[in-house]
Amino acid sequence: MSKQPQGLSRRDVLKLAATATVSAGLAGAPLGVAAHDQQAAQAGANSWPFELPDLPYAEDALEPYIDARTMGIHHGKHHAGYTAKLNAALEGSEMVDMSIEDILADLDSVPAAIRIAVRNNGGGYANHSLFWQIMSPDGGGEPGGALADAVNSAFGSFGEFQTAFAAAAGGVFGSGWAWLVADAGALSISTTPNQDTPLMQGLTPILGIDVWEHAYYLHYQNRRADYIAAFFNVINWDKVGELYAAG
Amino acid sequence: MAFELPSLPYAEDALEPHIDARTMGIHHGKHHASYTANLNGAVGGTDLEGKSIEEILGDLSAVPEGIRTAVRNNGGGYANHNLFWQIMGPNGGGEPSGALADAINSAFGSFGEFQSAFSAAAATRFGSGWAWLVAEGGAVSVTSTPNQDTPLMDGKTPILGIDVWEHAYYLNYQNRRPDYIAAFFNVINWDKVAELYAAAG
Repeated sequence: MSKQPQGLSRRDVLKLAATATVSAGLAGAPLGVAAHDQQAAQAGANSWPFELPDLPYAEDALEPYIDARTMGIHHGKHHAGYTAKLNAALEGSEMVDMSIEDILADLDSVPAAIRIAVRNNGGGYANHSLFWQIMSPDGGGEPGGALADAVNSAFGSFGEFQTAFAAAAGGVFGSGWAWLVADAGALSISTTPNQDTPLMQGLTPILGIDVWEHAYYLHYQNRRADYIAAFFNVINWDKVGELYAAG
Repeated sequence: MAFELPSLPYAEDALEPHIDARTMGIHHGKHHASYTANLNGAVGGTDLEGKSIEEILGDLSAVPEGIRTAVRNNGGGYANHNLFWQIMGPNGGGEPSGALADAINSAFGSFGEFQSAFSAAAATRFGSGWAWLVAEGGAVSVTSTPNQDTPLMDGKTPILGIDVWEHAYYLNYQNRRPDYIAAFFNVINWDKVAELYAAAG
């Protein structure tokens, strides 16, 4: 069963609420160019200086599965921190016109002195930008169309995909992510440590779950398995389907 | 004999306000307990039964490949937390004295410089892990490890460690890891660290 997105008017309201929240978050960020950042974010810029994207819904929109306080800190502090540190690392480099995907796909070309900072903070920037998009208050259910076919082809059934994805996420030791990745139309599950991304292996992540403890500890503490189970209720399969089609 | 979860050497709220009681309770009763259970699950019925955790971690290449990752992660988690509870105390803080103070001054120049180096190592460990003060042949140095890896794996003796997994501080400090690191200095049990330094030889 696939839940359908609701009307645009509701989304517009949510977006306004999210924008107000983001402005508050940026006020505490080390960058002194918040107004410029805001304009560039709306323009959808994907090069230095990278912009913290707005949450596409209110901080409390994913309750009770992901609590508002976690969302607020996760977006306004952690994601904002990665964004600021990524920009600081790239400032004055030859990479200022590159997209984050191009940078992460060829880390060997990043100057050695900033490579670790770009890997960690660029990964954190890209991973979280994806993470907010593939969740939604209207999420849950199962994918449809070509994505459903690809899931069935790779895993046998949606249930088997779910089991494999949850096991991958549960099995990450320490901080990291579990992913559904597309490679020439075929799907597979993978995991990465810390803020590494499948982009570094030339793969396209179309769904990801953050299993750093900061993603769930305030609400779930050590019960990562409960967080993973809850995550399935907020997956925005329409967006994942779009990313699959684009990949 | 199976490894046992040690009791906390003080009440769960004894390190307040620096480390809150709820964090201590979950950290010890859930995280440490689960490393202990998973370690026992991995080594049960193998030749490793009867070896000390230090012996096992000091030679991971001798651990059968099928259980090596489980032993590394859970054995590391078991040993690291055993040490962690001991080197903190409600009467902690201040500075070391005696031979340990001499070793720190010799390695870092001053206690303040040690404190800066240790804090920087703890703050810059990306993701989950630990920062350590280790002893080797009487000399001390600062290092850090990812996840539950321990200096024991490199033949060094940890005498002080700070857990920088988010579970160690997130309920009270959230993303403010530097505040947690600063607070940690108020609960370091330097008498215990000095004992461990003396025992390391």
